[in-house]
Amino acid sequence: MAKRVSLSGNEAVAFGMKQINPDVVAAFPITPSTEVPQYFSQFVANGEVDTEFVAVESEHSAMSACIGAAAAGGRVMTATASAGLALMWEMLYVGASMRLPMVLAVTNRALSGPINIHNDHSDTMGARDSGWIQLYSESAQEAYDNLIQAVKIGEHKDVQLPVMVCYDGFITSHAVENLEMLDDEDVKKFVGEKRIAPFALLGQDPVSMGPLDLPNHYFEHKRLQAEAMKNAKKVILEVAAEYEKLTGRKYGFFEEYKMEDAEVAIVVINSTAGTAKHVVDTLRAQGKKVGLIKIRVFRPFPAEELADALRNVKAVAVMDKADSFSAAGGPLFAEVRSAMYGRVDGKIVINYIYGLGGRDVTTAQIEKVYADLFNAIETGKYEVYNYLGVRE
Amino acid sequence: MGKLVEIRWHGRGGQGAKTASLLLAEVAFNTGKYVQGFPEYGPERMGAPITAYNRISDEPITIHSNIYEPDYVVVVDETLIKSVPVTAGLKEGGAVIVNTSKSPEEIKKELNFNGRVYTIDARKISEETLGAYFPNTPMLAAVVKITGVVPVDVFLSSIEDSFKHKFANKPHVVPKNMEAVKRALEEVKGNE
Repeated sequence: MAKRVSLSGNEAVAFGMKQINPDVVAAFPITPSTEVPQYFSQFVANGEVDTEFVAVESEHSAMSACIGAAAAGGRVMTATASAGLALMWEMLYVGASMRLPMVLAVTNRALSGPINIHNDHSDTMGARDSGWIQLYSESAQEAYDNLIQAVKIGEHKDVQLPVMVCYDGFITSHAVENLEMLDDEDVKKFVGEKRIAPFALLGQDPVSMGPLDLPNHYFEHKRLQAEAMKNAKKVILEVAAEYEKLTGRKYGFFEEYKMEDAEVAIVVINSTAGTAKHVVDTLRAQGKKVGLIKIRVFRPFPAEELADALRNVKAVAVMDKADSFSAAGGPLFAEVRSAMYGRVDGKIVINYIYGLGGRDVTTAQIEKVYADLFNAIETGKYEVYNYLGVRE
Repeated sequence: MGKLVEIRWHGRGGQGAKTASLLLAEVAFNTGKYVQGFPEYGPERMGAPITAYNRISDEPITIHSNIYEPDYVVVVDETLIKSVPVTAGLKEGGAVIVNTSKSPEEIKKELNFNGRVYTIDARKISEETLGAYFPNTPMLAAVVKITGVVPVDVFLSSIEDSFKHKFANKPHVVPKNMEAVKRALEEVKGNE
């Protein structure tokens, strides 16, 4: 029986970790992620989990300890945000390259400088090419659901990759809202009692991992890593189907909201999708054919599927809560436009950078984006690169 | 869509406005509602103005922005009236609930606000029942009564359970907190 609860995003994630009962959690606190290892260390202290909790002196060490434990064959989790993720950078690549399934809960927070503790996606968007699978979450419910699915996705024999579960700092991490939690037993059954590692530092056939890879092998290993990311697409959908059977909650690469007959659409990530759904409902009530696509899986990127979902719209606004300073749009924009090229050409595709450093994202801002899209269709005139809600 | 009630809390760091908003969310959740309770985090420190929010509805809530046009505004510290535009965006037909020893008429003049104004002397109630200044318990009760987001009898049993849980290690304070709640329900007054 699922249990109806009211929890903050961080509480939901910490309780999810408790139900998963990993072998090792190595973590270093950073706002707004701190509560996750804080709550979890209480579970450890109370003997409610079997986990070895490793208190480390930095995030670089946290990820290093996670890699060691995962290489030994353990089921491993950690949490961080912002500068903490940035300090893990070197080791993120090492973990993915060593094909070590781990789950990292990231409360998305702006990167410095200047220091800002609030939400945007510059941290995980920067880590998008580190080789980690990235799942994004609109709400505390989705953060919890993604966390549980992440274990199973990463540990699949055809994947063997680490997974980031991303949710918005403060907006989701610190807001209390309704969600449904699974029974402990159901979670245990879903993720399996123990991780089954096909290769490990310990066990019957111990292997050595990741010491040196010169030109005669490195490229082949990278090619295999890329193949694993491709395999992840199939596995993500399989795991989602199984999760839906258990919970009734449907997950895919992305969520399509009122897209059936939509003329214009917004593509967006995380909590802003919820605010935008509210706007879609308002505009639909006025007879406007608006829709929304919320990206859940950013790595691997569901390029073909996304292009197909945008086949019938006339204009798309891609919303980035991170600037890539490329002078050619944000990271999600680059991916979406590239996915559409050659598959669904002839659309108006524009980009909005929004909400940086926790700038509140209002329904009025989203309404403006939809109005801009209709105006672009009507007049044929529009700017491709836009900033939303900023003082110019 | 079911009726959505939006509440904005103004307080000062350390007074428990955030806690009160989370308590209200919990109380509403316990009666089957969909809830949100969230603070607006700033450079928080004791005494600095802070804002917290509640959304309460019969339907799932997806919107995740701050609240700009609240149905109710709660002012936990009346000195904020001078420095913060507490009634900004308050809906017509909305109401403001202020922790003060002054009358609703006096506060109405200070706020220069035409709608409904309610006052509650949370300091007096808190000090007389709890022996110290914890305004959020009486404020919470006043907010429940004025907003009607939860029936008062349901609130009374729910909050008693919450207190028993929260004060599991010092059960003797539960009756004192319940007295603060009951007095607040009686003593909140308005100028309707």
